[in-house]
Amino acid sequence: MISFTPSEEQQLIIDTVRRYAVDRMRPAAYEADEKRTIPYDIIARGWDLGLLPSAIPEQYGGFGEAHQALTGVLAAEELGYGDLSMALYLMTPNLFAIPILHYGTEEQKQKWLPRLVEGGFAPYTAALVEPRWSFDPHALHTVAEREGNVYEITGHKAMVPLAADAQAFLVYAREGETTQAFIIERGTEGLAVLERESFMGIRALPTYELRLDDVYVPASCRVGGEQGIDIDHLMNYSRVALAALAVGVARGAYEYARDYAKQREAFGKPIAQNQAIAFMLAEMAIEVEATRLMTYEAAWHLDKGHNATQQAALAKAYADEMALMVTDRAVQILGGHGYIREHPVERWLRNGRGFSTFLGLAMV
Amino acid sequence: MIDFEIPTPIKRQVQFITMLGEQVMRPVARYYDEHETERPWDYINLIWPTIRERGGRSFSIEDGKEKTDKEGKPRPRIGYLMLAHVVEALSWGDAGLYLCTPGGGLGGAAVDATGTPEQKERFLKRFGEGEPKWAAMAMTEPHCGSDTAAIRTTARLSEDGKEWILNGEKIFVTGGLMAAKESRGFVVVWATVDPSAGRAGMKPFVVEAGTPGMTVTKLEHKHGIRVSDTAAIVFNDCRIPYDNILGSPEVVKGDTEHKGFKGAMKTFDATRPLVAASALGIARAALEFTASYLKERGVKVRYGIAPHLQTAVERDLIHMEMQHRAGWLLVLKAVTKMDAGEENALEASMAKVKAGQVATYVTQKAVELLGPEGYSCKLLVEKWMRDARINDIYEGTGQINRLIVARRLLGYTSRELR
Repeated sequence: MISFTPSEEQQLIIDTVRRYAVDRMRPAAYEADEKRTIPYDIIARGWDLGLLPSAIPEQYGGFGEAHQALTGVLAAEELGYGDLSMALYLMTPNLFAIPILHYGTEEQKQKWLPRLVEGGFAPYTAALVEPRWSFDPHALHTVAEREGNVYEITGHKAMVPLAADAQAFLVYAREGETTQAFIIERGTEGLAVLERESFMGIRALPTYELRLDDVYVPASCRVGGEQGIDIDHLMNYSRVALAALAVGVARGAYEYARDYAKQREAFGKPIAQNQAIAFMLAEMAIEVEATRLMTYEAAWHLDKGHNATQQAALAKAYADEMALMVTDRAVQILGGHGYIREHPVERWLRNGRGFSTFLGLAMV
Repeated sequence: MIDFEIPTPIKRQVQFITMLGEQVMRPVARYYDEHETERPWDYINLIWPTIRERGGRSFSIEDGKEKTDKEGKPRPRIGYLMLAHVVEALSWGDAGLYLCTPGGGLGGAAVDATGTPEQKERFLKRFGEGEPKWAAMAMTEPHCGSDTAAIRTTARLSEDGKEWILNGEKIFVTGGLMAAKESRGFVVVWATVDPSAGRAGMKPFVVEAGTPGMTVTKLEHKHGIRVSDTAAIVFNDCRIPYDNILGSPEVVKGDTEHKGFKGAMKTFDATRPLVAASALGIARAALEFTASYLKERGVKVRYGIAPHLQTAVERDLIHMEMQHRAGWLLVLKAVTKMDAGEENALEASMAKVKAGQVATYVTQKAVELLGPEGYSCKLLVEKWMRDARINDIYEGTGQINRLIVARRLLGYTSRELR
């Protein structure tokens, strides 16, 4: 039966993560962005929320609850509301864990999942994006070729978070006509982490380019063994995650602009009392809400086991536009103050602009 | 628990109406668009038994009694959720014909929102028996539309205190002809009992069809939804029984936000999501038609492909679809809150803002995508565009609803944010 009210358990997750976002992430976000560094103590606290471990069954070292995309998006919105760089940092191990959880062989799950969830935050990551305007997860230029029991992987990746510290990578590559994922451990010959990248936004998140020159891995490193993965299905977990993060970022921008407009006076009254400003705020709130509902719906379809590509792609496309529109208007409502870095809205605009290119950078 | 499962009875109802839309409404849609003064009796007579069977209370769908399931547990109310789906599906068939559907309509909604239990029984019972009937709501006047508090129609008590005497002119009354003249229906007329009291003096009155002093003076010729009559009604010393004032006759001065006017606003909380649903029904018709027309000609939408591989048409279709979905989910949230008995004024206006805009955009884009075919009267696409346009205007323009949303979000009164 249709309902838009979170259950008690869902509300508890929202409240807990929101508290962390407001108390921990928000105060540290400015400096993290300026200095391009992640406050590790805050990440450690975020890890203690147990978001990933609660999605992993007990037999693999987690808390034993079923993986739910809906739970994931509820948390992701709050993390995005806190700070996008830290949110993506904290969620990076998901990029490794969720594909293995869904498609890994029994051996792969037993080998990797406990390492990811049993201790403190562990930097495991994935490499999907490639440095090209026409990047397409269905037609990767990174290629895997099988010779007997060995794969040879060659290619060039970009936007790989935490690559410098990562203990293992999930590398996506084209094998014949499909996209498959391969587990490559740190230090494997031919795998080179290049210099740290620099982007317009998410500046506190360390991301790197990656080169794979004739990297040889055993066939047992292919996620899912002979069956492999369904990239479309996995991308849906990324689409809803990013849509939820976008909702969080935009909600933050909307609230900041709203509060500013109520307090800032011009011509003897708060600027929010002008329709030109009030209407912008109304539209921002409507779009944030609509995107949230589309994200919930897509996640719900995923959890039901439906083919959710249509819903997830629509939610993601909608969220991409919404995040840009809302953060941009927040800058506009603050006027000159919106453009200077003392206020967070210009950072949110830089972060918000990125969603259209972030596919594969987060998963729930 | 967040959930998107639509209850089976609603799915079944939508299936039934879809069939009705395909087999009954669509085939005559063009005819009635071109013959706007004719009444669509074929459709009316066909749908009336279904409406009558449900007590005709198309806007009054819950009787107030607690419903329980087999195990005796309270069953969630789904009345407005059902209604939003019904309105959406009928509008998918044809929005003009949907507006001709006999039953309580907006007038019934006003009775429902503001009437006493006795009044609901007295005024709404008729929709469960006999021949087709309509009820309309008269708010707008020649000099004021969105500014409803400025209405000039007056209601004064007769000397013996037994009757109200109405004087004034109402325009843009949807279904006014059917309600006031051509059936044993009624019109809910908003009038002021105390012009000095502003909004607090505004009260709704039920005027029975055929009451002397109530005259339909004009029928408008419109851009779209042509088969639905839009009437001007003049009240000239129109006398109605004292008991026909809905709710309480008391005027509380100084409390301009909450009395009198509140009734009108409460009505809108119920009707705005339904107007939004109607808008999105038309938009869905245009969207589905355009997508299947193009698909038959080799243009297929591929979801989840890389953006640079999308064609311009694909991008437009995806854009239309996601906008439509966004609007529909806002409608579902607004009616779900209504069913739960929760305050939903914010959600109702949010849904109305979004849906009015989406329906306009989607239908206009559909005409564009189909080129000369879209513009041609051979297809219904151009008609859907004209039909859709009203939804960003009536039941509160997009701008008025933005104002309502903004006031709620910012915590401003109507004085603080004008």
